[in-house]
Amino acid sequence: MLGQVHLKDHLFESRLITNRAILLLVAGGLLLSVLLIRLLYLQVVWHDHFTTLSEDNRVKLQPLPPNRGLIYDRNGILLAENLPSYRLEITPEQVDDMGATLSALEDIIEIRDIDRSRFEKLLARKPRFEAIPLRFHLNDEDVARFSVNRHRFPGVDITAGLARHYPQGPQAVHALGYVGRIDEKALQVLDSSNYRGTSHVGKNGIEKTYEELLHGKVGLQQVETTAQGRIIRILSRTPPVSGRNIYLTIDSRVQAVAEKAFGDYSGAAIAIDPNNGDVLAFVSLPTYDPNPFVNGIDYDDYAALRNNDKEPLFNRALRGQYPPGSTVKPFMGLAGLESGVTGIHSKTYCPGFYMLPGRDRKYRDWKRSGHGTVDLNIAITQSCDVYFYDLAQSMGIDGIHDYLQHFGFGKASGIDIQGELSGLLPSKDWKRSHRDQPWFPGETIITGIGQGFFLVTPIQLAAATAALANGGYMLQPQIVHAEQEADSEELLPHQPQLRETITIHEQQHWDHVITAMTDVVHSARGTARSIGKDSPYKIAGKTGTAQVFGLKEEEKYDAAAIAEKLRDHALFIAFAPIDDPKIAIAVIVENGGGGGSVAAPIARAIMDAYLNPAPS
Amino acid sequence: MSIAISSHREDASRRGWQYRLHIDAPLLFTLIATSALGLIVLYSAGGGDIELVERQHHRLGLAYTGMLVVAQFSPRLLQRLTPWLFVVGILFLFAVLVGGEASGGAQRWLNLYIVRFQPSEMMKLAVPMMVAWYFADTRLPPNRRQLLASAILIAVPMLMIAKQPDLGTALLIASAGFFVVFLAGLQWRLLTIFSILVTAAAPLIWHFMHDYQRQRVMTMLNPESDPLGSGYHIIQSKIAIGSGGLFGKGWMNGTQSQLDFLPERSTDFIFAVLGEEFGFFGIILLFALYTIIVVRGIMISIQAQDTFTRLLAGSLSMTFCVYFIVNTGMVTGLLPVVGLPLPMISYGGTSIVTLLAGFGILMSIQTHRKLLPT
Repeated sequence: MLGQVHLKDHLFESRLITNRAILLLVAGGLLLSVLLIRLLYLQVVWHDHFTTLSEDNRVKLQPLPPNRGLIYDRNGILLAENLPSYRLEITPEQVDDMGATLSALEDIIEIRDIDRSRFEKLLARKPRFEAIPLRFHLNDEDVARFSVNRHRFPGVDITAGLARHYPQGPQAVHALGYVGRIDEKALQVLDSSNYRGTSHVGKNGIEKTYEELLHGKVGLQQVETTAQGRIIRILSRTPPVSGRNIYLTIDSRVQAVAEKAFGDYSGAAIAIDPNNGDVLAFVSLPTYDPNPFVNGIDYDDYAALRNNDKEPLFNRALRGQYPPGSTVKPFMGLAGLESGVTGIHSKTYCPGFYMLPGRDRKYRDWKRSGHGTVDLNIAITQSCDVYFYDLAQSMGIDGIHDYLQHFGFGKASGIDIQGELSGLLPSKDWKRSHRDQPWFPGETIITGIGQGFFLVTPIQLAAATAALANGGYMLQPQIVHAEQEADSEELLPHQPQLRETITIHEQQHWDHVITAMTDVVHSARGTARSIGKDSPYKIAGKTGTAQVFGLKEEEKYDAAAIAEKLRDHALFIAFAPIDDPKIAIAVIVENGGGGGSVAAPIARAIMDAYLNPAPS
Repeated sequence: MSIAISSHREDASRRGWQYRLHIDAPLLFTLIATSALGLIVLYSAGGGDIELVERQHHRLGLAYTGMLVVAQFSPRLLQRLTPWLFVVGILFLFAVLVGGEASGGAQRWLNLYIVRFQPSEMMKLAVPMMVAWYFADTRLPPNRRQLLASAILIAVPMLMIAKQPDLGTALLIASAGFFVVFLAGLQWRLLTIFSILVTAAAPLIWHFMHDYQRQRVMTMLNPESDPLGSGYHIIQSKIAIGSGGLFGKGWMNGTQSQLDFLPERSTDFIFAVLGEEFGFFGIILLFALYTIIVVRGIMISIQAQDTFTRLLAGSLSMTFCVYFIVNTGMVTGLLPVVGLPLPMISYGGTSIVTLLAGFGILMSIQTHRKLLPT
């Protein structure tokens, strides 16, 4: 220190440093004041603004989706239920090594390539704090195995939800329909506020028609959440209102018998209670399992259904339009009697063909040799075409149209399932406005035996048969028997809907036609006598055959020689018992050939199932 | 010399326990009060995790012990050790740049196999000590050659740390060095020129900044531009503080903090938890404690008996002041997010040890003074 070159002025330096230190302190004080002013702004001036923001942050409105109503048959057998469904979800944020987690999970739970690729697609798109599903529909064993190993998988969770399930599988699927994931198209028509939180919507059948009833009302809860969306507590809650349960008019047991009775045939059958319009069986075959549709059917499986020649997805009962063939004859007969064009005892000679006066085109009877002299009873029992050619010619097309429309032909039956087609009851007006052509007399002739432009749907034919059975009450077929609030035992029945009461001029006309129909089944020469022989109850019926393709004038129909696809459709309408009708049926067997041999036994099986619940 | 030693013992006995134990009671009690407040806030910020508080408590115990040990070293000894400390620090920094361990995108840690530590923490003390050491025996105010030399002493470690990159610490070290130079009597004219140069160099600095650092500056200027990305921190911390109001939402009741909306709430953003749960008055309390600490430090500087201790005490106090102002400034959205913890409050080990070691030096300076004849 003695060698110090500079002379230090200690007093000066001490003063300098002191001054500077105080200056710094003042500067620090100034900065602190700036901070305090800033804090005053944040915490006092803008306090309300930030309070709102913090409330918005933490309080979220969360929808509580309602439970979908269940669907039962008329006897309380479950047709559509909600099963607990477990899915495996991963929250990426909480997973350190996704690859290792996935491969470790694979040892415990099967993960298909399709699961993995869907997961990876979502992983790239969704925020990291959101749970991403890896597997749906875990079974109990999977759940148990994962639960034991859960500690090894932070960020992996099993969540429970409800998934629609159809325990009867393919049975009555065309009536029941199914639910599917809400897609863009559905979003446009749905009330988006009521569907917050709902993932599925009815796509078809009852599930679609009664969507509003089945769905229920969404509930809401205000929750306090973390930034990750985890719920801390519930602030307020409006519970959801579950959808109503629906009891169908369908009798599951009868339905099963009906579907089985068709064997491998395609076709449709409708059974209606003529007393109230309840649809007891609603058959469209082939059918398919709706369960894969609930969570999205595989593309290949769907393509297989779509490309199937037999068109299982096609709802034949509602949308299949077939020529009624000879099943129209009882209605034609009634029309003739009631309009006075023919009488109970009027006779016509049937040489095996019919010719319009002054024309040389022959309209053939199905029986080449002819039926000889026939009255209405014989014409119905043996299904003589010539009698009805003549009757149709006498009534004229508009006469036929005006009477048959009372039985609901040509217009939708009004059944409470969406998508019904209306069939076609031709008239001069119709042809002029739709085809822009005049009506030709020959077209009237074939209308008399249910060919030509005339088209009916199975539901229409069944509804008309029911009206025949109950003495002229045209009831709207209905598929829903009753509704039920979710937490109630009480059934709220749907009332029968009478569409029209058909005027009867003479009761004996009606009785006469029904007698003829009874003879179809129970007389020795009736076309459906095969089902009448051993029947414990009396059946009234009428067979029919609808041509799929036209035969030339002189050509003979030979079933064996024609490809199955071009074979005639077999039809049969019936009701029983005749003195107190409880069931009316229309059966159409596509490419089945003869109405009496193929379609009638199916109708008999259905009636047996319904009328004799306990097989003898 | 023997007279000096005996007189020191005499002084100590005459002036009571503080001098015997080399403790400055006002500073110690204020520090303890501050860290107690810190533990309370930390308990809430950690969502009621008592283990977190215990770990921090242990660190504090270690740091306070370190502080008391440092206080026993006489300023003379510290002054003699300074060049060695500085050289070793520079070597460590070099080692970090060459072979340090990365953590969170920055390379700051040096693994000495016994302890993992950040040499940059050591430089927080070594740099002001070195500059003060350099000025200790020169005549003040420094001339231009001396200023240039001190600028190099500051700039070399600062740039090495900025390169890690650790902008916050680099800033603190630069401030610590600058305060020494300023206290030593940096000419106003030169200060003005220096300020102009720094302003002019801003575009250049921008050019050398990392993307994430640029992003932080951009975000500070307009946090709403990226509400889910880099603006998220600032938006959420402003909401937390602002919704706290005058009295706060109450301890453990801050929705922003308790429900995870506030990121890094135990560490760099813990000030927002304080603001949300204890309100403006809670902040005033913390600021009052900080102010007492800084003012006490400046008083120690003013009462110190030689240039080295005066410069060092003044610089350490003002660096602490910068420390908390930068943190609170960034949490309230006045400054860019540079990544500095809130001193004495934030969860974290290394920085609290350095911080309290610095206060140990202040206590040493205060309690090793000789009684001057009046």
